[in-house]
Amino acid sequence: MTKRIVHFVLPLCGIAMAIGAWWIASCMVPDLPSPARTWEESKVYILEPLTKRGETDQGILLLAYYSLVRVAQGFLLGIAIATPIGFLLGVSSTLTRMFDPIMQVLRPISPLAWLPLGLVLFQKSEPAALFAIAVCSMWPTVINTMLGVRAIPQDYWNVAKVLRLSKMTTFTKIIVPATLPYMFTGYRLSLGIAWLVIVASEMLTGTPGVGGFLWQEYNSLVYAHILLAIITIGVVGFALDRLMGLAEAKLRAV
Amino acid sequence: MAFIQVRDVHKSFTTANATRHVLRDVSLDIEHGEFVSIVGAMGSGKSTLLSLLAGLTMPDRGTISIGGEPLRGVHRQAAFVFQNYSLLPWFTALENVRLAVEAAFPDLTRDQQMMRASDALANVGLANAIHRRPRQLSGGMRQRVALARAIATEPQVLFLDDPFGALDALTRETLQQELAGLGSQSDRRVTTVMITNSVEEAILLSDRIVPFVSGPPLDYARGALSKVERAPATLGAAIPVELARPRSVAQLAHDEQATHVRAHVIATLTTAAGRRRPPAAASNAPSAVLQAVAKETP
Repeated sequence: MTKRIVHFVLPLCGIAMAIGAWWIASCMVPDLPSPARTWEESKVYILEPLTKRGETDQGILLLAYYSLVRVAQGFLLGIAIATPIGFLLGVSSTLTRMFDPIMQVLRPISPLAWLPLGLVLFQKSEPAALFAIAVCSMWPTVINTMLGVRAIPQDYWNVAKVLRLSKMTTFTKIIVPATLPYMFTGYRLSLGIAWLVIVASEMLTGTPGVGGFLWQEYNSLVYAHILLAIITIGVVGFALDRLMGLAEAKLRAV
Repeated sequence: MAFIQVRDVHKSFTTANATRHVLRDVSLDIEHGEFVSIVGAMGSGKSTLLSLLAGLTMPDRGTISIGGEPLRGVHRQAAFVFQNYSLLPWFTALENVRLAVEAAFPDLTRDQQMMRASDALANVGLANAIHRRPRQLSGGMRQRVALARAIATEPQVLFLDDPFGALDALTRETLQQELAGLGSQSDRRVTTVMITNSVEEAILLSDRIVPFVSGPPLDYARGALSKVERAPATLGAAIPVELARPRSVAQLAHDEQATHVRAHVIATLTTAAGRRRPPAAASNAPSAVLQAVAKETP
């Protein structure tokens, strides 16, 4: 019984309080729609989540799907580049010394700064968005993979030595499995960042998706839909993190 | 020329603020097919010597040769059993052993490698546990897998780094007995170097026991007891164990010759250790050291 309260009732209380605070805020700021009005104006998007009425006027699931596809592409591109870099930096301290300063400088750059560069490089909004997502989301994977390789216990290196394993076998049978949990932590963090970047890049490029929808509704002064988009972004991000967390837990259990 | 020849080996480790000399002028001959135990207290540098023999680290000075060839890196036909098993947790027992077989016999087919690996596991009594992962096995079973992994490669030389040190007393005894059995049943005897801090274990398994003698502390004279630094360790005179095989722990407990060897080894170790103690404590050093030896046997 107490367990049910902790796991179910308490979170609901928190949500109720947040909605209460929203409602109070909406009474004070005239432009901010109340929770009830937001629901009233957005329910068509939620109740018909897969209907396509126009270029950006689409059901919320359809919009989220466009964004997710773009995130998936950028994220996969990012980790495909980041994982090998992480392994190389983990194995070689020379390479780490060489590239660490560059990494530290590139890491804090905002997606908003990368996007124009992407537009200059690729001339089109879609590849520019992928470029921004990949460049921003790759760092946690690079760093975690590198740390994972460094954290391999000396015992395993000794096993590789006494069994006289080839470089290739050492890599596939020892380095990769030993690094896998760290790598997945990196993937999880990278996916979180990729999802953050999507909104910014869709807003700047005006492509259909949750971020594009948000920007368009702001321009057409439908503030309730902004709140809908914000909540959708949060819920999807939360679900993505949970999914990666599950995959990670499964991996560690092996 | 002996099969394994160690000549005037010196080894030190340098950390950020100090250099620690671990081994000094170590020389040792081991004949083909011999089982030699190196006995000494914990922290005396035994493991350093073994990793030098196994080619995991290189000596600062001196030479080591196996089968007449100077040692460069890990010997082609050597196998190593670590104290902490060092099994790969993401593989089953069978896969752990097969990895070693694959590296030693790359020309065999996958099925043949599997066969060899499962035979080796059956040999150490694990026929029913081959598909379990290390974390599903007890300490004794894990060390059996490690033993199977070493034996499956049909090594010429076997290095055992305190292989039963992490096990409880009963498991320890069973495994010792099994290792003795494996040694006597195989047609070709594997040259074996084992490190242990159990004199009993050394007598049960070895042809010869080499006591590891630590040097005296360097700075008694300076009175700096807080950071006592010992002189590098060296080897005492080898003590032959000329007892008939097969041996058993029960039989050795009452055997006159075993008693003699035991006394000899302990005397060598305690005089060596006695020199490590401050002069004031020297009078009761032997009993103190015996307690220390007893404590170090888990």
